[in-house]
Amino acid sequence: MAKIATREAYGQALAEFGEVYKDIVVLDADLSKSTRTEIFKKKFPDRFFNIGIAEQDLMATAAGLATCGKIPFASTFAVFAAGRAYDQVRNSIGYPHLNVKIGASHAGVSIGEDGASHQMLEDIALMRVIPGMVVLSPSDAASTYECVRLAIEHEGPVYIRLGRLGVEEIYKKGELKLTLGKGIVLQKGTDVGILATGLMVHEAIKAAKMLQDEGNSVYLVDMPCIKPIDVDLILDVAKVTGCIVTAEEHNVLGGFGSAVSEVLIQNYPVPVKMVGVNDEFGRSGKPEDVLKYYKLTAEEIVNKAKEVMKMKK
Amino acid sequence: MDKAKELELKKIATEIRKSIIIQTASAGSGHPGGSLSGVEILTYLYFVEMNIDPKNPKDPNRDRFVLSKGHASPLLYAVLAEKGFINKDELTGFRQIHSNLQGHPDMKKVPGVEMSTGSLGQGLSVANGMALAAKLDGKDYRVYVLLGDGEIQEGQIWEAAMTAAHYKLDNLTAFLDHNGLQIDGKITEVMSPEPVDEKFKAFGWHVIKIDGHDFNQIEKAVNEAKTIKGKPTIIIAETVKGKGVSFMENEAGWHGTAPNKEQAQKALEELQKQLESLEVQG
Repeated sequence: MAKIATREAYGQALAEFGEVYKDIVVLDADLSKSTRTEIFKKKFPDRFFNIGIAEQDLMATAAGLATCGKIPFASTFAVFAAGRAYDQVRNSIGYPHLNVKIGASHAGVSIGEDGASHQMLEDIALMRVIPGMVVLSPSDAASTYECVRLAIEHEGPVYIRLGRLGVEEIYKKGELKLTLGKGIVLQKGTDVGILATGLMVHEAIKAAKMLQDEGNSVYLVDMPCIKPIDVDLILDVAKVTGCIVTAEEHNVLGGFGSAVSEVLIQNYPVPVKMVGVNDEFGRSGKPEDVLKYYKLTAEEIVNKAKEVMKMKK
Repeated sequence: MDKAKELELKKIATEIRKSIIIQTASAGSGHPGGSLSGVEILTYLYFVEMNIDPKNPKDPNRDRFVLSKGHASPLLYAVLAEKGFINKDELTGFRQIHSNLQGHPDMKKVPGVEMSTGSLGQGLSVANGMALAAKLDGKDYRVYVLLGDGEIQEGQIWEAAMTAAHYKLDNLTAFLDHNGLQIDGKITEVMSPEPVDEKFKAFGWHVIKIDGHDFNQIEKAVNEAKTIKGKPTIIIAETVKGKGVSFMENEAGWHGTAPNKEQAQKALEELQKQLESLEVQG
């Protein structure tokens, strides 16, 4: 089966929705071949603006377009969108709650060879603390398409976290229907809950199989919507299984695992183990090698699941 | 501009200066110096030039103004109150907890504020976005933006300067409030952006230099900008920080310090005298 990167699906989705929504405009900062906004640019050259290598200008220009009724998709690498232009995203998009969508590609260590300067491991943390910012993290092509749809239909700022690496299909396009603030139950089980987001959903699926082969019952959830987060679903998993493993391609501090823990600790505390990067910068290498180096693997999810099951009361 | 019109604008400008003093004094904080320097520019835009309607503040065809130097909020609030967007009674609530008049303008709280600003260097990019939208929609509204001369030390200003020229945004006019001072002192001593005119020219802009307190020069420059095709215009307005209040003029210390009760009293008396002399002329 052909693998499709979520950034590729993003470019395709923009081109597709651009037909229906004439107010969509797309901005990029000299990375349209990589973010795949080039697909939109070819179809709608008048509604595409290359701002050059100037991410701060990119974000605030998008804000200006939004004040005039446009639906701008400001696109660049996650490290620049959430890092370089943080003040612009906070003050010119978040604070006035403008209808800007941020397409942030090449997130996480799986960008690979470019190394730490380009491997964004802090963006979930940075984006989810901006009041009113929606944070989405799709796991495959179909869920990316749905996240773009949700972004268009939601009035307000949205951050969409995308990856460089080709990934297998989890869902069929046309069959998946996402709701803002809702997770996707892949299977129900009673011994341990695994909540994963983005690329790590693929590892979580493998981990669930491995755990089941050893006789464990796994409650497996894909969480494309990190903010607003699915409180009801998190609590259901906690109540049914009594212990949870989270998995994300992000620093374990402040990210998806933290978001899940915030819900649990205030409502229904159960033990949690987090799979993610342990407060380190990334390093260069082939994407697969880098993911293994930081233990962003199914095996590590299995290890953490076994640990957390022992912590149950 | 005929004499009667000029006199009327001068009176409005003096009322706005009084309001800046009243707002900052009642808040006990705020930025009077850079608010006073931009008074004539905003007075001209809001009372002569711009197509705006306080009864229909979201008219899609309206002209847009972005206060990039957001700390000059007392100036913007004074103009919006004088124009009828907000109630004059609100002005004494400036910077207070229950007021909508935030220290820096919030577009979600105050009608007539087109963009929330305060983090310097971002307003020109936002204005570019508005000007691009006008071009996309085939609308003929114009976009104005007021920049501070200290503010242009922000690198993003030059990113935006490139974008405006690259996309030939001739529906955009920027004003540079060139009062020569920033918090820490003279801009040429803190971090000189000079020569500002040559820099904007080199970035592909049409540049006009004027006395920013002279309504006739402001009018001529705004009209000239409207005739320029294929490039954005910047009007470099030479101004005096703290203009109109003798003890505030050209003093960097009045950048972000509010007058106390006695100072406010003295400033208001001076401004009242200026108003009375204008009344005599009119």
